[in-house]
Amino acid sequence: MRLSDSETAVARTSDRELVVTRTVRGPARLVYEAWARPELFRRWWVPEGCGLSILSYDADVRTGGSYRLEMAHVSSDRPMAFFGKYIEVVPNARIAWTNEEGDDEGPVTTVTFEERGAETLVTVHELYPSKEALDAAIESGSTSGWDQQLRQLEALVADLDNQAKNG
Amino acid sequence: MVQYQIDSLDASFAALSDATRRGVLARLARADASISVLAASFGMTLTGMKKHVSVLERAELVITEKVGRVRTCRLGRRGLESEAAWIEEHRRLWAARFDALENLVAELKLKEEANAPE
Repeated sequence: MRLSDSETAVARTSDRELVVTRTVRGPARLVYEAWARPELFRRWWVPEGCGLSILSYDADVRTGGSYRLEMAHVSSDRPMAFFGKYIEVVPNARIAWTNEEGDDEGPVTTVTFEERGAETLVTVHELYPSKEALDAAIESGSTSGWDQQLRQLEALVADLDNQAKNG
Repeated sequence: MVQYQIDSLDASFAALSDATRRGVLARLARADASISVLAASFGMTLTGMKKHVSVLERAELVITEKVGRVRTCRLGRRGLESEAAWIEEHRRLWAARFDALENLVAELKLKEEANAPE
């Protein structure tokens, strides 16, 4: 097994953009195939142990085609649906799609595959309609972080309080 | 030193224990705002909002800067850490995905080689 965690990089490259990069062993056409063929895609998209499972996935990966992904999370009774359209599909090189599940205009995601020797550089680029939209995406994902910080803080304060009383 | 830590924790805890102040942090996570804009969006007096902001400021959750007659508030060091934490969480998700993708590609490659004509 390869210790590859640190090879995946995520950066907020501007107010509206988030970029994920990773070099994957193997030729671009196979990496593309694993992404574009639904029966292969569902084998890697949801990491084990994250509490998510794929209920259904339909994708017509060609320019103008659409997709719909439904997932269940252990903490929720209701399935989550993700859907949108493919804006541009260039086999073995690039796939761009819209994310239309939110109330507001969603980001456009573009993934590119660049072969480098025996490996392929995969770049996932997400372009949000505004700074506020990306901030909100980060905020909604980190709200639970605040709760956790608060709980940790509470525990720590209680600890210190006890120490002070006993000391 | 220990006293300083307790003071700092007290400040953070006190700052986060109030619903309005948590709301202000969530609002500033979306965009910087002046005290008067914050007061208006939370239906409070300017004086009331100033008090909340100074509590957040002492806890280093918010930074304020006065330009002309307007005092603008933005997330402070600790507030920004939540963005860094989100990015790290996002990175881990993608790292796990890409590991699985790479295993799958290796499997496809083996199949392809097995099926290739001699």
